[in-house]
Amino acid sequence: MRRPVAVVAIIIIVVIYGAGIVAPWLAPYGFNEADFQNRYASPSLEHPLGTDNLGRDLLSRSIWSAQTTVIVSLAAILTGGLVLGVSAGLAAGYAGGRTDSVIMRAADTFASVPTILLVLIITATLLPRVIDLARDVEDLTGADWIVSSGAPSYFLVFGALAIFGWTGIARVVRSQVLSLRQEPYITAARASGAGTTRILFVHLMPNLTNLLLVAFTLSMGALATAEVGLTFLGIGVQPPHPSFGLMISEGVGLSNVREHPILIIVPGTFIVLLVMSFNLLGDQLTDVLSPRHR
Amino acid sequence: MPAGLATYIIRRLLLLPLILFIVSFATFALGRYAPVDYVEIQAGPRAQPETIERIREERGLNDPVPVQYVRYMGNALTGDFGISTRYQGFPVADVILPRLWITMQYNIVVLVLTFSIGLPLGTWAALRRGTWQDPLSIGVFLLFASVPVLISIPLLQWLFSVQLGVLPSGGWSEAEYLGVEFGLFSKHAILPILALTLPGVAGVARYMRGQVMEVLDQDFVRTANAKGLKASTVVTRHVARNALLPIVTILGFELAALIGGSIFIETLLGIPGIGLLAFESIKTRDYDTIMAIVLIGSTVFILTMLVIDVVYGFIDPRIRVEGSMS
Repeated sequence: MRRPVAVVAIIIIVVIYGAGIVAPWLAPYGFNEADFQNRYASPSLEHPLGTDNLGRDLLSRSIWSAQTTVIVSLAAILTGGLVLGVSAGLAAGYAGGRTDSVIMRAADTFASVPTILLVLIITATLLPRVIDLARDVEDLTGADWIVSSGAPSYFLVFGALAIFGWTGIARVVRSQVLSLRQEPYITAARASGAGTTRILFVHLMPNLTNLLLVAFTLSMGALATAEVGLTFLGIGVQPPHPSFGLMISEGVGLSNVREHPILIIVPGTFIVLLVMSFNLLGDQLTDVLSPRHR
Repeated sequence: MPAGLATYIIRRLLLLPLILFIVSFATFALGRYAPVDYVEIQAGPRAQPETIERIREERGLNDPVPVQYVRYMGNALTGDFGISTRYQGFPVADVILPRLWITMQYNIVVLVLTFSIGLPLGTWAALRRGTWQDPLSIGVFLLFASVPVLISIPLLQWLFSVQLGVLPSGGWSEAEYLGVEFGLFSKHAILPILALTLPGVAGVARYMRGQVMEVLDQDFVRTANAKGLKASTVVTRHVARNALLPIVTILGFELAALIGGSIFIETLLGIPGIGLLAFESIKTRDYDTIMAIVLIGSTVFILTMLVIDVVYGFIDPRIRVEGSMS
């Protein structure tokens, strides 16, 4: 490969995400498995990254937290990015006129607000309601694992992130569609009787994939960071469910920083690696996919 | 002022109240819809149901939400944002203002530093394309831009407070200068400013580098060089100006990042700013304060974006014709 940097970035992402996906099989210990004989242990064969203040294996905790990151960021990018963002961008760009104005005004509204503030408020106020809703669903369907799996809090987190994140992708898709609309092959397709749906999906979408790839990659980093931040503040994924944010919140505080910095270094390194890799990949992709060859 | 610009400004100005309305109403509704009843909290665990009902009537909490909303906004316009339930009895405005001042202090410094260092840095990096400094600077920028504030602060704390012992690990102190309380000139301000400036500079530099590189490729630069102009003249007079145009976009991003970032910074460092207040209010369900913060935050943000858009429309005539920045 001509771009070793991109390859490294991809490897890092695959490793961390992969670990997150196979977490139940990969992690030697549970996220909350405490071992009071072994608190603050140094790295060893048994605990490659050491243990924390309750003797929990840091490597396993990281693997489980990666799982949360994977779930939340993938869900958010798929709903917010793909479903909301792309459809909005396609509709606005292709239909034009009123639809365009309405959608763009909506995008402006959502984008005008300091995201984190609203996400904070939404998750803080709605979480109990969502849990109640989930309980109702449990009663109706008899599936009693819904609430205990933490699904409500995951759902709220990625839902909130998606609602406030779709505007970027929509805008980008829209401008691309606007410029592609005039292309001869689109006119030809329309002339040969192709319906709007067909034009959108068969002709326009494939030309958006490059753009989308870059946009998605860059968003993933931001989403991962957002999830960590929200959980740190206590309104993301709820304990006992794993998250890097939780690990960090337990690691801050002056005495911890002074005596056990490893509590922050471990989750911190994983997050930074992940975000850096996404950003790096996004940059490399932009270079590769852009029309000019540098 | 040319007609195109005037229409443009007016159109943007009209959007402002609409957006504010939607945002504020949504927040308000969320607050009233939330499950924890703050009247119950206020009345205490031993209050009689009748007392609670009475308080609700008095405060108009039994009216339909739109009615309550109108009443709230009416009050807000005169500066009455209600009473904070957390800081028993203090008007929200009194609670918010000093904290807003603190947050603004360090944020403005950060914004100024970020752009005054980031822009030249990015330009410098772009000009070094092809040398060993290029990948190095890309890497460094990337690294600093990717570290969330959440992580950089404990690290900085560890470095400066624990290991080197030169900075206090948190808190905020103020001293009076010319009758105004300034916290900026104390050591307490250094950590937050540092923590926010590093990723900010990295982000701006990255963006600027990309912009300058694009401009450098353009024909008019080649012409300028061919004309025999000095490299520095080419850079300052031609390249920089053109690369700067889309900078306004990231100004918006930086601003949003600052507002969001202040929540983490202040929580981690114990700085009594508006970020910490927002967080505490949400935890303690102090909805009047939350509303006020959201209103103020959104208004400031939207107004700033409006100013930026107008300036941008001024600079780049194409915008006025097309009507928007997309």
